[in-house]
Amino acid sequence: MELFQWGSNPWGQEILIRISWNLLYLSFWAGIAFIIFHLIYATVWRPKLAGSKSSSATQGGIVSNVPARITRHTSAARVFHWVMAATMFVLIFSGFLPIIGFQFHWLTIHWVAGVLLTISILFHIVHATFFLDFWSIWILPRDLKEVWQRIKQQVGQSAEEVPKHGKYPLDHRLYHLAVMVAGLLAIVTGLVMMLRIDTPLWPQNAYLFTDATWGIVYVFHGLCAVLFVTLTLTHVYFAIRPDKFWLTKSMVYGYVDREHYVQHHDPNRWVVSKESTER
Amino acid sequence: MAVIRDMMPAFELFQPASTEDALGLLNRYGSDAWVLAGGLDSWDWLKDRVKRPSAVVDLGAIESLRGIRESGDGLAIGAMTTLRDVIQHTNIADQYSLLSQATESAASPQIRNQGTIGGNLGQDTRCWYYRDGWDCYRAGGNICYADTPSAMNREHCILGSSRCVAVNPSDTAPALVALDARMVIRNSSGERVVDAQDFFVGPDIDITRMTVMEPGDLLTSIQLPATWANARFYFEKSRDRSVWDFALASVASAARISNGTIEDIRIAVNGVAPTPLRLTAVEDAIRGESINDQTAERAGEIAIRGVRPLAHNGYKVSLLKNLVKRSVRGTEA
Repeated sequence: MELFQWGSNPWGQEILIRISWNLLYLSFWAGIAFIIFHLIYATVWRPKLAGSKSSSATQGGIVSNVPARITRHTSAARVFHWVMAATMFVLIFSGFLPIIGFQFHWLTIHWVAGVLLTISILFHIVHATFFLDFWSIWILPRDLKEVWQRIKQQVGQSAEEVPKHGKYPLDHRLYHLAVMVAGLLAIVTGLVMMLRIDTPLWPQNAYLFTDATWGIVYVFHGLCAVLFVTLTLTHVYFAIRPDKFWLTKSMVYGYVDREHYVQHHDPNRWVVSKESTER
Repeated sequence: MAVIRDMMPAFELFQPASTEDALGLLNRYGSDAWVLAGGLDSWDWLKDRVKRPSAVVDLGAIESLRGIRESGDGLAIGAMTTLRDVIQHTNIADQYSLLSQATESAASPQIRNQGTIGGNLGQDTRCWYYRDGWDCYRAGGNICYADTPSAMNREHCILGSSRCVAVNPSDTAPALVALDARMVIRNSSGERVVDAQDFFVGPDIDITRMTVMEPGDLLTSIQLPATWANARFYFEKSRDRSVWDFALASVASAARISNGTIEDIRIAVNGVAPTPLRLTAVEDAIRGESINDQTAERAGEIAIRGVRPLAHNGYKVSLLKNLVKRSVRGTEA
């Protein structure tokens, strides 16, 4: 399978043009395959493993201080999430629908959505750095052991107790990391690519880089974009799964209830108090 | 890069005798098929090895695609009708002389004997960077070699570009847009009719195509409605030499005039944008106005709003303005 598209420049040199659109279909079917695999795992395999797992004891002293509703996402964080989701969908559809045959005036829609996404990401960086629990979403070196423990437990290779989550489960933090890397790279390359087109933001300069360098920019933008197809498919899948829906609701209403908090989170790793609630 | 050779490359040649057979072949070969009408645009592409179809479907033997017939509402021109036959057709000359004039301005007598109206409408752009086989946007690449400070872009567009700055080269296209013609397109799943102004596709919609025609599609005829028959027509093509040359800019208009007032008008220009461009803003501004120099001047000013000339085609701004002024006045003077 061809991974990249190559062309010739005026000097007869072979240069990269962009990724092969085979990767778009590959990313789509990879997302679908993951969903099917997870559905089988969740409905067939995981129930068999459930009996062998041990559950951690409830830490009564701390739980007694837990309010009925615990704020998980502030209003600003939720607005950011949904703005980012909307712009991401617009970017994916405006970028890929023409490739699969739906022709429309996509370019302006695409770059405007990209600019909105950039603004929302900048807001998120400032907001998360100064107003949220910054480190709670990151995978830190101390988490690596937990990653391995959790994988072994998930596939039934270990009965060892795995600590409960902090504010964000491990899979959320991994997903955030992937979205952050792919998103920032897509944004940076996308903003650079806007130099190739006529926008009111800055003067057009298609010759800032050599054609070979432009090809690399296009390739990175394309790779990040097709990765987002897989990431978005899996994200939507988990968001609508019944066992995860309490988390999705928290992104709408902002809170989780005490039962879910106690069941899934370690009060020592995600410390809440009655004062931290938001009704 | 193009490889210019006199020898024809290898491909399978099909010469179907019916539209159905042609559609079957186009359906079978999809994007690997090349539709051959008069061959005047095709042979360059094939001999230069820039386009490399595996099958060429020659429509020359399909009689039903030739000829001009009266239809319920006007005329139906078969897509394989030669440009000469369009020019010489009495009804077209009498009632739709705009199309006669536009067709007569195309190329040379020899080419008009061979070239078809379908081929004239569907021909590819003349941008030499693209035709020379460079991997530009239109060829599937990620750059426009014509839109650079030092590029040879004297013939390229001043309006409506989106990355690619090539223009549509058809002479008959603006006349058919002005006459509100409709294109009848068939494929293996059926038939659809597209307004002339929607038949052409700009790079903002699809940077690799000039028309809405997709692999498997066949333009079978052009319907000329009676709506604009016997209107006041104006056609002018500006070019470097008086015969056998593509338009630097052209204008075609059809107007209903009553007592010196423009009751209704359609104006289309070509050679200035990636597609034949209908000037609806100009039409709206001058509908109901008297024909005079002021109205013409206003029309010209509106026509050039939003122009973005390239390094070497700034002259097209005043050319476009003056062509539109003349078309509104209805005279060259």
